[in-house]
Amino acid sequence: MNGPEVKRVEKIEESRTFKGVTTALSDVRAFVNRHAFNFGFGDKEISEITLAVDEACTNVIKHAYKGDPESKFEVKIIGSGKEFEIVVRDWGASFKPEEVPVPNIREKVKRHKAGGLGIFLMRKLMDAVEYQEKGSANEVRLVRYLKDGPKA
Amino acid sequence: MNEFKVLTRDSGNAVVMELHGFLDAHTAPELEKTFTELIGKGKYNIVVNFNELNYISSAGLGVFMAYIDEVRNNHGDIKLTNMQQKVFNVFDLLGFPFLYEIYKDQTEALRKFGAQ
Repeated sequence: MNGPEVKRVEKIEESRTFKGVTTALSDVRAFVNRHAFNFGFGDKEISEITLAVDEACTNVIKHAYKGDPESKFEVKIIGSGKEFEIVVRDWGASFKPEEVPVPNIREKVKRHKAGGLGIFLMRKLMDAVEYQEKGSANEVRLVRYLKDGPKA
Repeated sequence: MNEFKVLTRDSGNAVVMELHGFLDAHTAPELEKTFTELIGKGKYNIVVNFNELNYISSAGLGVFMAYIDEVRNNHGDIKLTNMQQKVFNVFDLLGFPFLYEIYKDQTEALRKFGAQ
């Protein structure tokens, strides 16, 4: 006999807009955390996904908008089957990580250069990280697949 | 909003910094302020206790990187202790255990400073 099972939500599509300030980060984390849990991820995966999205949004706030309190960014969550996708969209300065060579992270930490740690973490924690420019918007797409979860 | 708090207290020739809550790009400046104050007072033997810290992002990790040189140049160190597994995992991913002393318990770190 199994105990009462929490039924996972297999289809998710919700988008929310946040102010481009660091106080928004805890709200972003709560938003991602809730959906990742409902989608069926375990605690460790939820922490990892939440951290990756925090890093993406921190980059938007610090680099795309440089702390402009009037700015806004959007976080969209799309869950389907085993794929959990988060799209962070901003309308600030664009960023092309492909043009930045992959850093030797240990060397960076050793030399106390904090820049680039966020992108490194995102890539470590997610199954896919893609940057795209769409008109005046920049998008970071983060994907994590549900493994060993309930049958899709 | 997720809260963050830093408490400091002297312990022999060292200072114990206790972190509480959530350390992200919003709260990292508060930790920076505490480091700046300690260093300004010439306190370079620093033990950071993570027992009550629930979350850290790279903005928080960057604070430790920013002060370690100055502290070591003054014959001190920043030793990290009592991390929850999920917080340790973030430090580990970035290779911090090769560059920082990380202890299970703050007593061990204090002993290393000779400050029981």
